[in-house]
Amino acid sequence: MAETIKLMQGNEACTMGALAAGLQFYAGYPITPSTEIAEMCSEELPKGGGKFIQMEDEIGSIAACIGASLTGKKSMTATSGPGFSLMQECIGYASLCEIPVVIVNCQRMGPSTGMPTSPAQGDVMQARWGTHGDHSVIVLAPGNVKECFELTFKAFELSEKYRVPTFVLTDEVIGHMREKVVMPDPKSYKMPQRAQPSTPAGYKPFEADPDGGVPLMAPFGKGYRWHCTGLFHDETGGPTGKPAKADALLRRLDRKITKNIDEFTDYFAEGLEGCDVAVVSFGSSAMAALSAVRRARKEGKRVGMLRLKTLWPFPDAAVRKLTASAKKIIVPEMNLGQVALEVERVVHGSAEVVKLGKVNGELFHPDEVYAALKEAF
Amino acid sequence: MRVEFRLSGSGGQGLLLAGITLAEAAIYAGKNAVQTQSYGPEARGGSSKAEVVISDEEIDYPKATDPDFLLALTNDAYKTYGPMMAKGLIITDTSVTLDPAIKARTVALPILSSAAEKVGKKVVANMVALGVLGGLSGVAPKEILKKAVVARVPKGTDELNVKALEVGLELAAQSGAASK
Repeated sequence: MAETIKLMQGNEACTMGALAAGLQFYAGYPITPSTEIAEMCSEELPKGGGKFIQMEDEIGSIAACIGASLTGKKSMTATSGPGFSLMQECIGYASLCEIPVVIVNCQRMGPSTGMPTSPAQGDVMQARWGTHGDHSVIVLAPGNVKECFELTFKAFELSEKYRVPTFVLTDEVIGHMREKVVMPDPKSYKMPQRAQPSTPAGYKPFEADPDGGVPLMAPFGKGYRWHCTGLFHDETGGPTGKPAKADALLRRLDRKITKNIDEFTDYFAEGLEGCDVAVVSFGSSAMAALSAVRRARKEGKRVGMLRLKTLWPFPDAAVRKLTASAKKIIVPEMNLGQVALEVERVVHGSAEVVKLGKVNGELFHPDEVYAALKEAF
Repeated sequence: MRVEFRLSGSGGQGLLLAGITLAEAAIYAGKNAVQTQSYGPEARGGSSKAEVVISDEEIDYPKATDPDFLLALTNDAYKTYGPMMAKGLIITDTSVTLDPAIKARTVALPILSSAAEKVGKKVVANMVALGVLGGLSGVAPKEILKKAVVARVPKGTDELNVKALEVGLELAAQSGAASK
């Protein structure tokens, strides 16, 4: 099979990306606007010997995915804000126990039940800090249907490689939008493989280089005997209360992500060279922003666009670079300024950060971003 | 050139499928297309809107900003979206009560009744509407629209849906409102 051209939906593309990466297990509880992912997994997974389970709720869903992942199966669930809230406890468990799992959060308007069929981007901070304690996660944000495929695939690569919960943060617009996608030949993708030990003899499940190393993960049920606990643990997996061991574990978990940040920092940039004003956005808001930026550029304005595809860890370096020329940075997002807070932290007063938050359940109109650009000049 | 469509009516009328099929036909015709939707939390009923943007160039913003074509199958849809129309053409069902305060060029066509009477099934009104939009906009030729319909409708209903499409194309041709 070579390249194919398809009219594809964002949620469908997330599913295709997961399947291309070797998804074998999906447990979920359907919720608008993510439901198409569960629907498609229920249809596609059994065809390739995979498993689909509809669980009683989202806590059960993430717990089942963690269990499946421990047996060596690539696992995913998809949800929206209310379900993502329920998953937080187990996300902490997966983070501390270094269990690979991918979660697609197709955001809708919140808090609470909110507006189920309306887009929002209010889960940026929740995705990073939703579970308690310092912990490591990776969050990717597709900006179109093609990227739903690419970044879900990438989420599996990163989750398996770094043994870390990895989230794909979309929204109702990206998830439900259909567009023309040129799908690459499936053979051109190299399926991610989890690093595994070669023998049970002397296996220590959490033994790794203290400077951000990733331990080898033995699948449950294959002759390895190890303990997996949400208590702080030492290299053997047994619980420990020793301050030095606890400190070493948490610092290693943090370091394994921050050390490799360049590998998964990804963004789209246009016209940033020498720009007076920069626009930083992500997901569907960035589509309106790009349209406005292009219009302003046609009128001769020196304005550039930075669309973040990696949200966490936050791409500090890419944002800091903007201040080389930009005096103002506009941040359109469908929340009250969550990414803007990070931009403010990074630029640290060397450029003015303009929060452009939209929280009425509707996508930005390009005119709204354009008006903010006009005001900035 | 960017051509924008807004298809509006009530949930269950199949406007989303009509939008998807229109977008797919455009792709078959070698163009770029993006389809989006908005709908209420109801399982059926409520208001429903699908939008399609078709262009020879890259489409950066996926929603309709100044539609070239508004399809309004219900009074509510007409009243909600009609007043926003600037340059484009409004296509209503003949059952919709027209409002003289809505100034945009408007053509009323018997979309719902043609589905029931000429095709024999009310549920294919969406494909009649697709024929009307395809015919009036000229974004894809008849054969390509047909191919897109057959690819998207449930198996075994091809004939019925293609007939509905043809009825829609005929309504468009007779309306005298086709794009030049």
